[in-house]
Amino acid sequence: MTESATAPTPQAKPSRPLQRHVNLLGGQWEAQRRRAWILFLVPAFVIYTVFMAFPLFNSMRLSLYSGVGLTPDRYVGLENYVQLLTTPLWRDRFLNAVGNTFIFFFIHMAVQNTLGLLFATLLSTRLRGHSIYSAIIFAPATLSVLVTGFLWTLILNPRWGMLNQALEAVGLGALARPWLGDANLALPVISLVSSWQWVGLPTMMFLAGLLTIPDELSEAARVDGASAWQIFWRVKFPLLTPVIGIVSVLTFIGNFNAFDVIYAMAGARGEPGYATDLLATFFYRTAIAGEHPVAQPNMGIGAAVATITFLILLSGVSIWLIFGRGRNQEVF
Amino acid sequence: MKLTRPRITLTTVGKHAVLILWSLVVLFPIWTMLINSVKPKREIFRNPFGLPSEITFEGYQNAWTDGRFDLYFGNSLFVTIVSLVLILILGSLAAYALANWSSRASNFLYIYFIAGLMIPIRLGTINLFQIIQSLHLEDSLFSLIPVYIAMGLPIATFVLTSFIRSVPSELLDAARIDGASEWRVYATIILPVVRPALATVTIFNMIPIWNDLWFPLIFIRAQGSRTVTLGVSLLFGQYQTDWTRALSALSMAAVPVLVVYLLMSTQFIKGLTAGALKG
Repeated sequence: MTESATAPTPQAKPSRPLQRHVNLLGGQWEAQRRRAWILFLVPAFVIYTVFMAFPLFNSMRLSLYSGVGLTPDRYVGLENYVQLLTTPLWRDRFLNAVGNTFIFFFIHMAVQNTLGLLFATLLSTRLRGHSIYSAIIFAPATLSVLVTGFLWTLILNPRWGMLNQALEAVGLGALARPWLGDANLALPVISLVSSWQWVGLPTMMFLAGLLTIPDELSEAARVDGASAWQIFWRVKFPLLTPVIGIVSVLTFIGNFNAFDVIYAMAGARGEPGYATDLLATFFYRTAIAGEHPVAQPNMGIGAAVATITFLILLSGVSIWLIFGRGRNQEVF
Repeated sequence: MKLTRPRITLTTVGKHAVLILWSLVVLFPIWTMLINSVKPKREIFRNPFGLPSEITFEGYQNAWTDGRFDLYFGNSLFVTIVSLVLILILGSLAAYALANWSSRASNFLYIYFIAGLMIPIRLGTINLFQIIQSLHLEDSLFSLIPVYIAMGLPIATFVLTSFIRSVPSELLDAARIDGASEWRVYATIILPVVRPALATVTIFNMIPIWNDLWFPLIFIRAQGSRTVTLGVSLLFGQYQTDWTRALSALSMAAVPVLVVYLLMSTQFIKGLTAGALKG
């Protein structure tokens, strides 16, 4: 955001003589400029429409069709949704994936975003070395999820993994577990690895938010006898609610798309036994790879999964827009 | 003042303790990866945390030549650079038009582009896959480039439009009165001025494109078109027992990004945070 600081100062209006001069040139000139602008917009508009807006819309339309292979062509109305929600096999896996995705999201909210707020609060005091700490906290976010996922899989490996070896070395061998093999542990463990990777983003957003709070406010509270703890909860935290809103909505969108970390650490089927299956891995299997035991991709049902994911995201974003927007005018 | 000092030092020590502890949690896995990638195979199990008794680059050599990471690196570089350049060109052209043109149509277009910040492109995968197939682009690096451009345009238009709006309009009008075309105003006045914003857009898009797994996984089968991330994803089934090789490949995928990041971490953090905050 320093970019805007180095930008030329915004000027509301051209100076008056120049304004009159421009107006004198009249409509023909304006039309010519408008033609140029439309030409400038065409390439971006075409690519964005053909490769993003249209496929998004068209994928949802496909959820109303059925058929074998790449292009479902038989119109079936809501049949795909009915199948997804009533056929035992589809329903169980789908609801399992939805539930897991929410657990995945809640763990990120509880661990990643809480740690982010803690680190940001510590860093906002500008203690010595704060920029080095920031760089380290943020570093994993630049790495490929696949790299960090595989790396942690090696570390968590029950037989040769470094974590269990380290536990044994310090006499805590009893705590050693097959971290990714236990159906109850796998999803929380993977959520923690993912939180480890992404904690830098909320940290930096909270830090940016904390640094905009004027020092006078905490100073005034301190003079009135408030403790550091009270200043944080009574003064700073309420002022951070807009940032908390944005962080939550971004976490929500990110988590409902999370695929790579599961693919790297638990495979496309969310091992063990679908315990770590998320909406995105479920979507990948139904639409692209083929779901066990059919092993044939079903584009229609896949499209229905994508549409439901879209609706879940939309309701999350809407909640934020309705309750958080008043304080976030600049976002849209 | 003197009385409160010990308490302050104590909290400062506490703050450093928390941050140092977390730094170790971050650095330990990365350190383990790098240090073990240069150890001889057997030593990894005997001594997983210590310094290597001898340094060997066998794993790197294996991954680079036999694992064809030389090829994957070239592919990833090509896709990332071409996509970024086109995002910057198309995004800045569109942003220039949106910043200057005030009408209902341009307002609508602006919101149309910005909406993409909130909607993940992956939800359109099914139809994208069909489009790529009908264009006969499957297995080609050119299947990835248009998708990445579409993915990068929302943040590009968002950052660049607000930046160009802050350029004083006298500057542009003066050039126009001198007879400069819109194209000329864009190329000679706007482009040099928006360079810092172009850097932000580059940083914001570079990491997601370089690291993307989803689209290569779906669009690309042929070895000749694999990207680094796709190469890494295929590696685990293959060399699960060859740790030196696996860790070397992971390090090779991670080190270039880490080096770029360490060279300009401040800009990275600012760019990514600004983008996310505004998104």
